[in-house]
Amino acid sequence: MGYLILKRIAAAVPVMLVVATIVFILLRLSPGDPAMVLAGDMASPQEVAQIRARLGLDRPLPVQYATWLGDMARGDFGVSILSKRPVLELILARLEPTFVLAFCAIVLTVLLAVPLGATAAWYHNSWIDRAVMAASVLGFSIPAFVIGYLLILGLSMSLDIFPSQGYVSPFADPLGAARHLALPSLTLSVVFMALIARVTRSSVLDVLGEDFVRTARAKGNVERRVLWRHALPNAAIPIITVIGVGIALLISGVVVTESVFNIPGVGLLTIDAILARDYPIVQGLILFFALVFVAVNLLIDIVYVLVDPRIRY
Amino acid sequence: MMISRRDAASLLLAGLTAVAVMAAPVAGSAAEPKTLKVSPHASLRVLDPITTNAYITRNHGYLVYDTLFSLDAAFNPQPQMVQSWKVSDDKLTYDFTLRDGLAFHDGTPVTAEDCVASLQRWAKRDLIGRRLVGAMKEMTAVDARTIRIALKEPFGQMLQALSKPSSFVPFIMPKRIADTPPDQNITEIVGSGPFKFVAGEFQPGVKVVYERNAAYVPRSEVPNGTAGGKVAKVDRIEWISFPDMQASVNALKKGEIDLIENMTADIKPTLEGAPGVVVQKRSGLSAATIRFNWSQPPFNDVRVRRAVQLAVSQRDFMDAVIGDADAYQICPGMFICGTPLESRAGVVGTVEADIAKAKAMLAQSSYKGEKVVIITPNIVSFGGLAPLTQQVMRQIGINAEIQTMEWSTFLSRRTLEKPAAEGGWNVANAVFTSLDLYSPLANLNFDARGPGSYTGFVNDPKTEELKTQFARESDPAKQKAIADEMQTRAYDQVFYIPLGVYNSFAAYRSNIRNFIDSAIPVFWAIEKN
Repeated sequence: MGYLILKRIAAAVPVMLVVATIVFILLRLSPGDPAMVLAGDMASPQEVAQIRARLGLDRPLPVQYATWLGDMARGDFGVSILSKRPVLELILARLEPTFVLAFCAIVLTVLLAVPLGATAAWYHNSWIDRAVMAASVLGFSIPAFVIGYLLILGLSMSLDIFPSQGYVSPFADPLGAARHLALPSLTLSVVFMALIARVTRSSVLDVLGEDFVRTARAKGNVERRVLWRHALPNAAIPIITVIGVGIALLISGVVVTESVFNIPGVGLLTIDAILARDYPIVQGLILFFALVFVAVNLLIDIVYVLVDPRIRY
Repeated sequence: MMISRRDAASLLLAGLTAVAVMAAPVAGSAAEPKTLKVSPHASLRVLDPITTNAYITRNHGYLVYDTLFSLDAAFNPQPQMVQSWKVSDDKLTYDFTLRDGLAFHDGTPVTAEDCVASLQRWAKRDLIGRRLVGAMKEMTAVDARTIRIALKEPFGQMLQALSKPSSFVPFIMPKRIADTPPDQNITEIVGSGPFKFVAGEFQPGVKVVYERNAAYVPRSEVPNGTAGGKVAKVDRIEWISFPDMQASVNALKKGEIDLIENMTADIKPTLEGAPGVVVQKRSGLSAATIRFNWSQPPFNDVRVRRAVQLAVSQRDFMDAVIGDADAYQICPGMFICGTPLESRAGVVGTVEADIAKAKAMLAQSSYKGEKVVIITPNIVSFGGLAPLTQQVMRQIGINAEIQTMEWSTFLSRRTLEKPAAEGGWNVANAVFTSLDLYSPLANLNFDARGPGSYTGFVNDPKTEELKTQFARESDPAKQKAIADEMQTRAYDQVFYIPLGVYNSFAAYRSNIRNFIDSAIPVFWAIEKN
């Protein structure tokens, strides 16, 4: 296991380097100029040029790239062009809302989607199965921002049950946090639920045809125990795989959900930084997202071993 | 597998209980400070009001910093930090004496040296400031409370310059901070204004927090525009950024925030009649315009510009873009209606369109049917301007195409003087506020220095000469005559086309009192009951 972790960490280094290079090039090739955003819409070209020179943006791209890589190697992510705050500080300050939101969404997904998928499989071809699959198609088809706005309209503005926006830390006010996170978590988890429910159904269906399920029934197990203790654990590997792959879906969902519910997480920071062409923040964020992706995949590999002792690396 | 009725009932009960608990209102503490929660018109990211001319940074500046003079609602300069001032008989020496009790937020007293350093930094960035420096021999601190400005030649706009209300505003900061080069962001925000910036709670793009400056000594006059006594009546102000206007409207309706500082007329119907919400028309005006790239064909030909000018009807634009007739005015005055220099001198077209005359003018021009590129940003305040501009041009036979882009690309692209086919542009709309346009020296539409000047690159030495005359003149009647001549010239050469002016609105909870109707949103005097 230790060897696996070390190997994966070593493999992550070139991955991060490739991501860093691509992000750097894409940002510099995209139109727009942070110096212009900083100077404002009434600045003259000379004023913008002065600011560009002060920010070092007038230097050749290879020089800028080498400087940035050197800084990164020393753990220096740079400072925001606009706010002059260290990039690492800005990202760390925004991590909590995003992690809390993502955690709630994953918990909600696992708690609802796995039982729903398993139930659909159990009642294969019944109205329950069709209803779950129809809901799953809907969940896939409706964009997250539409779901978010519908939830705000219904449960916040009309019924006045939940707040319409904002974030409260669960460490400061658990009850307030629950109220503020209910709608965004639901919004973020809908696509994820649709995905997991479908995969769970399909995986459980495969397992239900296996000999050991018949054996379990023959031993006199009640139906509930057959499903939850015998079938579902054996269907776990594909579900865990999809949860891992779905992290990418979750990251893109976070960006949208945070915008709709005005949650000050890294998603909102990403949009802000891209629109403002705040290169150091965008570069730092993309590297952070890549790191999360690598870490989650490593975690999934570790969970495989824990769930299925037959798996060896 | 079956879920029993008892299991189902338990689950349902648990779910309902959770919803009820989460939906329960959270009780507030009686000892909490009075906090005004505001949705500002944009997210604050740059804190230095001299580095950027962004309005949001200017508004932040008004909370934290103070100014020597301020402009009242009638566009008259009034003393703010200054107690008294003297002008020599030859009008070449000004002595300004500071009020007693002025202190920065770090506790140090405001001195004349701080003011000199602040004004020098401001003057390097501001159009009027540069003219002031051009007319200046020296600016010195005579003693701790007296600033002397000695001039080489008369500068009739001295008090107007020192009270300049919009970006760049001559805010006063400590000398150690004001010595920072003006193209380099300051990071320490220390002013002497009625509110203190709380650096520890600043989250760029998310939240800005200000606390009442208990040591601030306000003037005794009633608040008027940006002038008068700045009496802070709430303990704390929080600017909370929203990614879109609808989210802030929802938050105001639910009482999650107290005030939306600025919204367009199209949002007003969504708040009218909402319980506990007041909608107020703001007196400050915004002005929409069409600007041409003078450095490239076909708009380097004045006849093409005149053809478009003749085809424009302000009412058509305002009806399409604003819609609400109570929220806009037909205003051909280039120094904006309702200001001391409002004028109809030299007005051509714009009020009524004359398509036949416009077509005839275009036929006489050098235009040969080439494609014209209108660039526009995908932001709300520009919505509708570009399509209507395209329609007007097509109506008279100009082959116009719209290219939409996000804000930062738009800003970069319109500084390019090269042909549209090489990534430049031909036509762009621009929106200003009345405070940017009321002064002939600050009005960027009269930046006529040619290549390298403000976008559009208007090249007219005659106008630059008129601006110099205006700067020297101190007689209001003669100033008005010069401004009229400038406007006549701008209409004749079609520097740009004014498309009408319109109001924006503020909305707040009904427990908010004394929201000052200022063109710039100011937060002193506001009470929260």
